[in-house]
Amino acid sequence: MKVFMLGWEFPPFISGGLGTACYGLTKALDQMGVQITFVLPTVVQSKYATHVKLVSPSMQQPIHTPIKIQQLKNVIFRTITSPLQPYLTANSYQKKIEESISQMQASHGRAGKFAGTLDYSGDMYGEVQRYAELAVRLAASEQFDVIHAHDWMTYPAGVAVARATGKPLVVHVHSTEFDRSGEHVNQMIYDIERMGMHAADRVIAVSYLTRSIVISRYGISGDKVEVVYNGVERNGSSNLLVGDTTIKKDEKIVLFLGRITMQKGPDYFLRAAKKVLEKVDNVRFVMAGSGDLMHRAVEMAAELGIGSKVLFTGFLRGEDVNKIFKMADLYVMPSVSEPFGIAPLEALDNDVPIIISKQSGVSEVITHALKVDFWDVDEIANKIVAVLKYPPLGVTLRSHGNCEVRKLRWIDSAARCAKIYEEALVGAGV
Amino acid sequence: MASVCFYFQVHQPTRLRHYTVFDNNTNYFDDRKNAEICRKVANKCYLPANRLILDLIRKYDGRFKVAYSVTGVLLEQLEAYSPEVLSTFDALARTGCVEFLAETYYHSLSFLYSRNEFAAQVNKHVQTIQELFGQTPRVFRNTELIYNNDLASLIESMGCFDAIISEGADHILGYRSPNFVYTPKGCNRLRLLLKNYSLSDDIAFRFSNRDWSQWPLTADKFAHWVNRVNGNGFVVNLFMDYETFGEHQWKETGIFDFMHHLPEEILRHPDNNFKTPSEVVKAYQPVGVVDVPHLISWADTERDLSAWLGNAMQSNAIHELYRLEKKIKGSGDAKLISDWRKLQTSDHFYYMCTKYFADGDVHKYFNPYDSPYDSYINFMNILGNLHLRCVKHPPAAPVGQVAQNAESLTAVRQDSPQVDAIAAN
Repeated sequence: MKVFMLGWEFPPFISGGLGTACYGLTKALDQMGVQITFVLPTVVQSKYATHVKLVSPSMQQPIHTPIKIQQLKNVIFRTITSPLQPYLTANSYQKKIEESISQMQASHGRAGKFAGTLDYSGDMYGEVQRYAELAVRLAASEQFDVIHAHDWMTYPAGVAVARATGKPLVVHVHSTEFDRSGEHVNQMIYDIERMGMHAADRVIAVSYLTRSIVISRYGISGDKVEVVYNGVERNGSSNLLVGDTTIKKDEKIVLFLGRITMQKGPDYFLRAAKKVLEKVDNVRFVMAGSGDLMHRAVEMAAELGIGSKVLFTGFLRGEDVNKIFKMADLYVMPSVSEPFGIAPLEALDNDVPIIISKQSGVSEVITHALKVDFWDVDEIANKIVAVLKYPPLGVTLRSHGNCEVRKLRWIDSAARCAKIYEEALVGAGV
Repeated sequence: MASVCFYFQVHQPTRLRHYTVFDNNTNYFDDRKNAEICRKVANKCYLPANRLILDLIRKYDGRFKVAYSVTGVLLEQLEAYSPEVLSTFDALARTGCVEFLAETYYHSLSFLYSRNEFAAQVNKHVQTIQELFGQTPRVFRNTELIYNNDLASLIESMGCFDAIISEGADHILGYRSPNFVYTPKGCNRLRLLLKNYSLSDDIAFRFSNRDWSQWPLTADKFAHWVNRVNGNGFVVNLFMDYETFGEHQWKETGIFDFMHHLPEEILRHPDNNFKTPSEVVKAYQPVGVVDVPHLISWADTERDLSAWLGNAMQSNAIHELYRLEKKIKGSGDAKLISDWRKLQTSDHFYYMCTKYFADGDVHKYFNPYDSPYDSYINFMNILGNLHLRCVKHPPAAPVGQVAQNAESLTAVRQDSPQVDAIAAN
């Protein structure tokens, strides 16, 4: 089985669940012996390029030479120069483009030189289409049986490659426009998502919650949509790090870790914090992450009069994430809409009890968690106080939760995907 | 000779309302939900089952007999929400074919935590049964059939009981059969009756299970199994939740029809009869001593206490509850004492059980909470408030037993037209 996978990000530059999922799934498929051509967009910046030793590409050659990395024997990486990144919105895309142009100008000292040669079509949708054309060109030189596209920005590429090659297309829905934007959906993005799902031979949803959105909001027939849960990468090794286990602190730490965006419910977290502080004093609330509501969140903490009790760390990665988990007494995910939610699994893996919103996919697979409606600030606060006040609660949640999270392995998710590839092949009459 | 001895456990806990750490009023119980469930179970189970049993007793002219253990916390709810059920129990009591057993009034685990409290609750229950049904219980059953040698000795020393009931668990009986009367180790006068769990569970758990090789279970088939005990046992102890009839096994499964035909099929064999627990211990001599040094119960496959005390939350909650005993009793506040006692009902701890939680089994089915964690949080928040209340009270001289509920319960034990209507049915 050979897969042409249109994915996102690779360690250590992972900005969220999408990159984590692509990596976990690809690694497990690799272990199963599935051959993968992993195509991803990269912004060529020398300081980011060291980790996979990109062969220095020229701007005129947006498709780069294949790269292999040692740990993944069956995977070939193909990168395409593009500013596309997960979690972009039309606005943040524009900002990103301007930033990277000015960065290049600064580093090369020649104003205006690259603006034209990059040949970006100016807006995100244009770029998504350009990416699709490049993917078709790239696919021409590759052998594969099935196409697997992750998240909406790669759907046009997946559809174009499928048309050009006649190979079956599997699209993987990690989130939908309804999760990200509530009812204020961006029509263009919705249309692209819908087009991708309809064109696909099979649709993979990360939870039953997402599957039902795919069916009801995008009009996809249920027998085409499969649920494949995400797994969690065990990181037992970091537990052995000297010094980390001796953290002593007088204050309890309640952690929010995720993008600070509407979807993640940071305002509910802060309002619950305010209520908790009426009952418990020796507690600090840490908000780890960045996002378009970051400034609003800082302001809100001040307005609520709890500014001194809330700590904003900005975006964390790698070892810093493990460190913050080690310090945390409780992880709270009050997401308004969460297709899956890998971070709570990582919290459990780090022996941190979790409070998760019932409006999350992860709530379907984890029973040993405290569950709340994201809007029920009183109940979120009630449960936070309970974990802080009644130690046996944390003890029981930790021991059972840790056992439960061990059962969510990427290798099982990969096996489900492999089966879906087979079905797609049969369905496509190949 | 095979005597069939039915004992039905009749119980509903007083369920707690959603109580957050921000709440501070002293109403802990979900009256609406309790009323709703009480009426629902009364209509589906208690009323039709009581009518059926009453009919059968009349039909077989005293040859069909059963025993009940009705908890105090249910009796209080029946009085408030379904007094007609009390009337039918009263009618049953008057037949002379129905024996009422004693247990802890609050269906509690007090034996494990406070012998004083345990004795007080047993006495309160005995007193309530006397006042309501005009009988003095002579046989004791502990909550969830929790039992060991110590409990038997304690019950014998109370001097008012002839027998005690427990689970016929394989690991205590070994090669021996539950179909005899035994003496508990360390006791002289007290007798031990053990549940025949296999035949009991055929009715209580497997009756409607279509995957069971013996499905459908008919009265003549069951009577045939009972007949096989003839010659190697005296008594078949069929102990089960009364809610088996109409609630755990729905009416549509044919459970009432099964029961309707059972006496006829059992009595078809001339050596068979029905006896109440007291009659069993009068009729048959004990055949040996049963030694139970460790605690057993009738729950799950483990037959241990892990359903109530298996995790850190459960043991924390119950320890914190009993730690308040002195303060609560010292307050002399009848409402406070009653609230504290209602929190002792074993169901509250059962809801906190994490065993099998992920598998969505029986523990979940009977659980009003979304998760064991929610139930623990709720319980601890209430306990926090209860603690505040007893701190407010200056220690007073201990008062005697609080029998307020027993008093009010007797009010319904007047001849009512309903009883006659049911009797005429």
